[in-house]
Amino acid sequence: MARQMTGAKMVVQALKDQGVDTVFGYPGGAVLPIYDEIFQQNDIRHILVRHEQGAVHAAEGYARSTGKPGVALVTSGPGATNAVTGLTDALLDSIPIVVLTGQVPTFMIGSDAFQEADTVGITRPCTKHNWLVKETDRLSQTIHEAFHVATSGRPGPVLIDIPKDVQFASGDYVSPKAADTSRYQPQMKGDLAAITELVEAIEKAERPVFYTGGGVINSGPAASQLLRELVDATGIPITSTLMGLGAYPASGENWLGMLGMHGLYEANMAMHGCDLMICVGARFDDRITGLISAFSPKSKKAHIDIDPSSINKVVKTDIPIVGDVGHVLEDILKVWKARGRKINRAAVDKWQGQIDEWRKVDCLKYKQAGKVIKPQYAIQRLEELTKGHDRYVTTEVGQHQMWAAQYMGFEDPNRWMTSGGLGTMGYGFPASIGVQMAHPDSLVINVAGEASWLMNMQEMGTAVQFRLPVKQFILNNERLGMVRQWQELLHGERYSHSWSEALPDFVKLAEAFGAKGIYCDNPDDLDDAILEMINHDGPVIFDCLVEKHENCFPMIPSGKPHNEMLLGEASTQGAIEAGGAVLV
Amino acid sequence: MAALKIKKGSTSHSAYNLRPAFSDVQEKHTLAVLVDNEPGVLARVIGLFSGRGYNIESLTVAEVDHTGHHSRITVVTTGTPQVIEQIKTQLGRIVPVHDVHDLTVEGAAVERELGLFKVTGEGEKRIEALRLAEIFRANVVDSTLESFVFEITGAPEKIDAFADLMRPLGLVEVARTGVAALSRGSA
Repeated sequence: MARQMTGAKMVVQALKDQGVDTVFGYPGGAVLPIYDEIFQQNDIRHILVRHEQGAVHAAEGYARSTGKPGVALVTSGPGATNAVTGLTDALLDSIPIVVLTGQVPTFMIGSDAFQEADTVGITRPCTKHNWLVKETDRLSQTIHEAFHVATSGRPGPVLIDIPKDVQFASGDYVSPKAADTSRYQPQMKGDLAAITELVEAIEKAERPVFYTGGGVINSGPAASQLLRELVDATGIPITSTLMGLGAYPASGENWLGMLGMHGLYEANMAMHGCDLMICVGARFDDRITGLISAFSPKSKKAHIDIDPSSINKVVKTDIPIVGDVGHVLEDILKVWKARGRKINRAAVDKWQGQIDEWRKVDCLKYKQAGKVIKPQYAIQRLEELTKGHDRYVTTEVGQHQMWAAQYMGFEDPNRWMTSGGLGTMGYGFPASIGVQMAHPDSLVINVAGEASWLMNMQEMGTAVQFRLPVKQFILNNERLGMVRQWQELLHGERYSHSWSEALPDFVKLAEAFGAKGIYCDNPDDLDDAILEMINHDGPVIFDCLVEKHENCFPMIPSGKPHNEMLLGEASTQGAIEAGGAVLV
Repeated sequence: MAALKIKKGSTSHSAYNLRPAFSDVQEKHTLAVLVDNEPGVLARVIGLFSGRGYNIESLTVAEVDHTGHHSRITVVTTGTPQVIEQIKTQLGRIVPVHDVHDLTVEGAAVERELGLFKVTGEGEKRIEALRLAEIFRANVVDSTLESFVFEITGAPEKIDAFADLMRPLGLVEVARTGVAALSRGSA
């Protein structure tokens, strides 16, 4: 029996029925009826952000750390356009979020009304799907379908644009169970013939490697468990993209570390030299492959992905398997066990020996000397002092992000939230707010650079208002470090606009918001300062002054293959040729 | 449809995996895209082509099932085999897209297009235009003392050929529908 209610009430009811407990949002004219309904209930918490971009990143942080879809609610026009960066970020990193936008009344659409924007038009290329709901009777069905689309198959952001008159009008409410989601049903199970072909390849391989990505984490905790079982049972070394960190534990014996442009030497060399590459839920991004024509030239490549368009997009795949990572890994294990758990042990042991030789290069080596804190040292101390905690880490984008990925160890999935595909400066702080909302008792740290952090610093108001004890660990080099590094290597050391002048006093800034500020510029004081940050029950801005001209290594220069990494500050001259300079 | 019924989103399909995926050869393919006829669906399909830099040589769209609200979009596109595969799988990802058929690889197909040609002239040229129109089985759908409008149906190449012949005979305006295509046979 369909229930009659207003569109605004339907929104709140549908969110409740979808199990939503938190909404990140910002009110405005076109969503006032929904805010009126939010006011009259207590099941859903609304977190008032200070900018709509913050709402979407917070929803992403919530989603990445829980595996549940994140929800943001913003008004029409500028509210919607401010959400665009977050939507694009979620699209590139396959994060399930549902964004609700208000819209001018249906009879005013197209009239250039106040705060009108063509929201579905603007967001069409940056959502997995979007809807403009013109009838209240369609609203609840649409919301339920939106949750289904956001979370099924390859997850992603969806947007529902709701005109104000649709919110006021009454209509029939349908429950999630009664809603029709039949038209979008991605394939979950992989083709068994292809899986068997992969198992045969695993049995014969002499130099196999697992190359895993965010798809393992998106598939759910069971997929990470299955991956661990498969890796440890076969003894095949494993590397991961930035997005996949934590799916296999950093302390695991087969762990190679992250691969790619700033990945570890042993990981990239293993990718280059392998004879069987098993890509699990990753997409051969350009940060991973380097020069495509010289990418892992001698390997047979298997690719497991739920999105058929990922396969053969960049790199030619020999064994394509379309399906959910969890389902496929389960079948691989089953088939491999049923065929007698065979592995080319002697060859794989020799391969492990080769990898151990590469490990000896110790590519993350650096020297902390003198009275200036090396950024790597700051991250390493942060890691040492927090790794025992129930910890979640977010990052902004740049050198600090790469150092965090290199020097921190993640033991579990959903503990590492970073903007991988889009590289959104300003992601980490609001994401940390979303994570802390989902995990109120956990230690949530945003590893930041001062420039990224300033991009969404207004969210300090949110953190203080909702008593979210997020720790903003800012590696302050008074530079746009990654831009500066590229200018040094590529643009003749002409540091065009890559320094941060007129920076705020971060301690005073924290205090101005009613939070705690900590300043540290001495390596001898660092441990105490970090402990003070951890032990403070409330939001903290930690201003960690670090070496200003440190570069992030190892590095595969643009236009170079995996085996031509730069390992340190030596011989960087002319490392990037003219052809590589056009790449980013 | 054709004997090789390709499931939405499928890539493990021998008909196109047999060809070298990363060849440089440009191929022309006719795709039939079956979609829910809902607002914005054409924009999604076109936006995919423009956003990812694919070519559209011809595009037709109309609702083919008024009760089920299904539309059929016929796209003629060119690209390397890898790009064609990408186009098909990317189309398959769009939520209101039900099915993507590559009529070029799924067996024989008929392709037809309709063109309207306005030709002006007097005397010999006018008689010649009419004579050629008869050879091409084009119909005269409008006539004045100094002009004809011809309606012609056929494969795109036939319409191209007709246009080439009409140009020196006083062709002033052309309207073409773009290609509509169906697979041959009972399936």
